[in-house]
Amino acid sequence: MSSTKMILGVFDDPDDMMHGIDNLQKNSVPIYDVYTPMPIHGIEDKLNIKDSRLGYAAFICGCFGATVIFSIVYYTLVHDWPMNIGGKPNFAMPDFVPFTFEWTILFTAFGMVFTFYFATHLFPGRTPRTMHLRATDDRFVIAINAKGNIPHDDITKILNDSGAVEVQHNDRKYLSYE
Amino acid sequence: MSSHSESIIREPLITGKDITYAKITNDVLFPVENKPNMAWWIGFGIASSAAALWVFAISWTFWYGVGEWGLNKTVGWAWDITGFVWWVGIGHAGTLISAVLLIFRQNWRNSINRSAEAMTIFAVICAATYIFGHMGRPWLAYWTLPLPNQYGSLWVNWNSALMMDVFAISTYFSVSLIFWYTGLLPDIAAIRDRATGLRQKIYSIFSFGWTGSVKTWQRFETVSLILAGISTPLVLSVHTIVSFDFATSLEPGWHTTIFPPYFVAGAIFSGFAMVQTLLLIARKVLGLENYITMFHIESMNKIIILTGSIVGVAYLTEFFIAWYSGVEYEQYAFINRSTGPYWWAYWSMMTCNVITPQLFWFKKIRLSITASWVLSIIVNIGMWFERFVIIVTSLHRDYLPSSWVMFYPTWVDVSIFIGSIGLFFTMFLLFIRVLPSIAIAEVKLLLKTSSEQSKLKLIKEGHLDRDQVEFYKESLTKFDSVELADYDKV
Repeated sequence: MSSTKMILGVFDDPDDMMHGIDNLQKNSVPIYDVYTPMPIHGIEDKLNIKDSRLGYAAFICGCFGATVIFSIVYYTLVHDWPMNIGGKPNFAMPDFVPFTFEWTILFTAFGMVFTFYFATHLFPGRTPRTMHLRATDDRFVIAINAKGNIPHDDITKILNDSGAVEVQHNDRKYLSYE
Repeated sequence: MSSHSESIIREPLITGKDITYAKITNDVLFPVENKPNMAWWIGFGIASSAAALWVFAISWTFWYGVGEWGLNKTVGWAWDITGFVWWVGIGHAGTLISAVLLIFRQNWRNSINRSAEAMTIFAVICAATYIFGHMGRPWLAYWTLPLPNQYGSLWVNWNSALMMDVFAISTYFSVSLIFWYTGLLPDIAAIRDRATGLRQKIYSIFSFGWTGSVKTWQRFETVSLILAGISTPLVLSVHTIVSFDFATSLEPGWHTTIFPPYFVAGAIFSGFAMVQTLLLIARKVLGLENYITMFHIESMNKIIILTGSIVGVAYLTEFFIAWYSGVEYEQYAFINRSTGPYWWAYWSMMTCNVITPQLFWFKKIRLSITASWVLSIIVNIGMWFERFVIIVTSLHRDYLPSSWVMFYPTWVDVSIFIGSIGLFFTMFLLFIRVLPSIAIAEVKLLLKTSSEQSKLKLIKEGHLDRDQVEFYKESLTKFDSVELADYDKV
């Protein structure tokens, strides 16, 4: 049995890579992941990646931020220490608007970005699970799990026919653990 | 789709021949991966000396108090708030480029957004130094926060525009920072994967383990779009709230409902001028002519002329309304501005902000790098005068003639101002050495659709409308980075 863990199809052109994905899928080869130096639109449909739900996270965080600051302003200005300023009402809503607005934005931004970092496992110092060093530079890499897949030579052939500039059979999944 | 080609009549966003994805990475990372040249050292030397002056002058202020400034009992706010508003305004262009132009799908933003956002962050830092500086007792800055305290819990005054400022500026700074940093992750990962040894370890920590997998990119784009969506009203709110500092007072010349839109337009105006000042030099020194093209410069000049004209209309409206209101204090404030002892400040503002930017109507001037740079400096000067005029000339003569005075800055005022410019440039120069000054991933997106070489290829294939091709060739003549000879044959 071969010790190959990952097969990488390395392309130098995003259109060739898309072609490669089509050809692999036509031959029912499951794709582990694709690494690109820039966002390639249309790829998520091919790989059946669901729409992001970060918008919901953003909305919930925004509502939370608005509630928090509105409550703070209400408690301090109206409830805890109401001030008589020329007999004007204590619960002066227009003054609440800028604070509520700013913290809605603040909580939306931070809540959503931290959800994004959490969901995609991004945090300072995380060991990058890199498979190919040029995937952040000028190479478009299709990663295929070698275990339990069709004969590796067939995969290599599909990738080469689609225009891959290089096909790697790697014993290790990630470069970073070497 | 990356292979979707754009209409031929649009100007290319990347010029030059044989641009590949690898070449984009190499070109942009050149200043990051190599030792700086002489120009950088000279710039850094001057900037850091000025920053040292800032450290000295601000320490002096903290030690002896704001009495060391030229303030008096009539003019209680002068160069400090002028500097604060000026810097916050400059910051606005970065958010405008990164957020508003993203929503409008203006692809030319891709090559200037990174450095413009960096500029935003550094400008807001400079603005924040003025806030802390003018507090007098900066160690009590936490008093601006609604914290329970020993005074029977006397809370902060939520009715004050200054309190709104605290929330607006801190939100603006932190949201801009997180927007900028999230956008940087793929590019930091690109540096990491090319580096070795300690350098790789450092960039690895800051890259957050970015790999560029499909799901990450998809989520990344969602995050960018939503951040752009919320940053757009945020940036408008920030300068609106800054203008409340003045507009909610009862001071003639300040008490104006036109202030919010007028301040926002002025902010974008000064911000774009500062982007021009920085990028015209950066593109030359860093050799980025192929990515920051004449089209980018011309587009920014067009925004400068638009916002400059809005500011001009606002100046005239203020005058008209002062007359139309029939309030003699308001009328005097404006007559005093233009003909009183500070007439020179008022007319410097008018000349620099309203008259000279109109020169950009001439295509020759719009496309001249020297003229654009000089005019951008003039706009920066004019916008500083605008804030000075609003603040000092309104305060120095208000209701009580016996209190009328002039304001004279001391060496501390001047040093803090010059020093804050030094601080800004020091941060900017360090930024271009350690982080990519152009968003590499975003520029790569344009290579197959909007680059000069891809358009040339389309022309050579010959299925395009002849008139449109001629129009396109005509538009190329303004580029300083295009070899026009290539187009003679096709």
